[in-house]
Amino acid sequence: MNPTRGFTGRPRAARPGLPPGQYDAGDDWPVLSAEVTPEIAPADWTFRVGGLVAEPRTWDLAQARLLPASGYAGDIHCVTGWSKFGVRFGGVSLDAFLDAAGPLPSATHAVAHAHTGYTANLPLADLTGGRAWIVWEYDGEPLAAEHGGPARLVVPHLYFWKSVKWIAGLELLDHDEPGFWERNGYHARGNPWEEQRYAGD
Amino acid sequence: MTETATHPAGAFTAPTRFAVPGRIEVNGRVAGTWQTATLTEIRRETPRASTFRLAVPDWAGHLPGQHLMLRLTAEDGYRAQRHYSLASAPDESGHIELTLDRVPDGEVSGWFHTVARPGDEIEVRGPLSGFFAWPGDRPALLLGAGSGVVPLMSMVRHHRARGLGVPLRLLVSARSPEELIYAGEYGAETTPVFTRTAPPGTPVGRLAPAHLAPFLAEPPDGGWEAYVCGSNAFAEHASRLLVAAGQPVDRIRVERFG
Repeated sequence: MNPTRGFTGRPRAARPGLPPGQYDAGDDWPVLSAEVTPEIAPADWTFRVGGLVAEPRTWDLAQARLLPASGYAGDIHCVTGWSKFGVRFGGVSLDAFLDAAGPLPSATHAVAHAHTGYTANLPLADLTGGRAWIVWEYDGEPLAAEHGGPARLVVPHLYFWKSVKWIAGLELLDHDEPGFWERNGYHARGNPWEEQRYAGD
Repeated sequence: MTETATHPAGAFTAPTRFAVPGRIEVNGRVAGTWQTATLTEIRRETPRASTFRLAVPDWAGHLPGQHLMLRLTAEDGYRAQRHYSLASAPDESGHIELTLDRVPDGEVSGWFHTVARPGDEIEVRGPLSGFFAWPGDRPALLLGAGSGVVPLMSMVRHHRARGLGVPLRLLVSARSPEELIYAGEYGAETTPVFTRTAPPGTPVGRLAPAHLAPFLAEPPDGGWEAYVCGSNAFAEHASRLLVAAGQPVDRIRVERFG
């Protein structure tokens, strides 16, 4: 493509953490849920790990808080184009939940479910090894409902639609099964560094 | 919200559902291809918003409510890309229209509002995403604010162009009559809501339960499919009003700026 006449773009200070096609949202944290924000009391929140596991397990928030504390401090990237640098989430590593349930050797993928019915599919390998969290704090404060509170999934190395808000559970499968946006034309994996926005990218 | 239900296959589903299915199948091949689009016309809509008409000869066609991705390329190869809703109804003209707000310091919208002129070439890919699409089948209750009215206007135009009999109503919120996008185009299907200043005789105030009550008190056969588009603050407000008025959560589709 030839350059667009007269387009210069923003000053391009090198920003090593910015994936291709993304811009720095600065202090903004846009909300992009496609559904009505649910009102879920912390006491009513539950998280279940089921499917291809040795023992399906369910936690409420009080039980989840007893697991070893962990958090993510770093950057997040939304498929609509914004990236947000230096966010801090607090919760528990997803490994702690998975270890308790015991994934079977046949488990290769997972569908993450929200309490609203929203879903996202992920390879199990993207959810293990300290790369995914269940979080209930943002910047040391309770996670706001519009950002997924009481608790959400955070998988920061993938586009953020994979980081399911109002997380209800994880279903382990022996195959990939498209989730909500993935059935609506979005990429199965969503790696921002390879710009996997839409199916076929 | 307590326990999740288990169905016989062992998979579990959340106790509440929202409108999980997209309205249409999305063509991945079409969505993945960048095409050259030529700007053919610019129309001022309000002091802050203009419509940009683009010739896209190989446009695959879209449904109202879908969006596209657009990119501009600088001399050094730097690219900026954004998602924009389609404003035009689907037709056979080989043209599409976008209506863009001028965002302060907007990297892409700034170019459109200060540099762009007919004949300029840009790149687009799409149409994208089926979730917010309206094929013209179900009764549609549309709630928009500011430039959030853009994808909803595509639905209104489609409804008109095809002479569809299915009920369609639009509630559109703007700060003032001067800032109401497409002001000259609305008909009996539309109720404007003005939040700062209004024409004489029209009340000033944000979207309220009384605006929705007439539609939700007697929904059409099959009920409304509600489409909400605007800022997050508007989307939260409007979707709460819908739920409070009895609209099922799984029949509300929300598109937020960002």
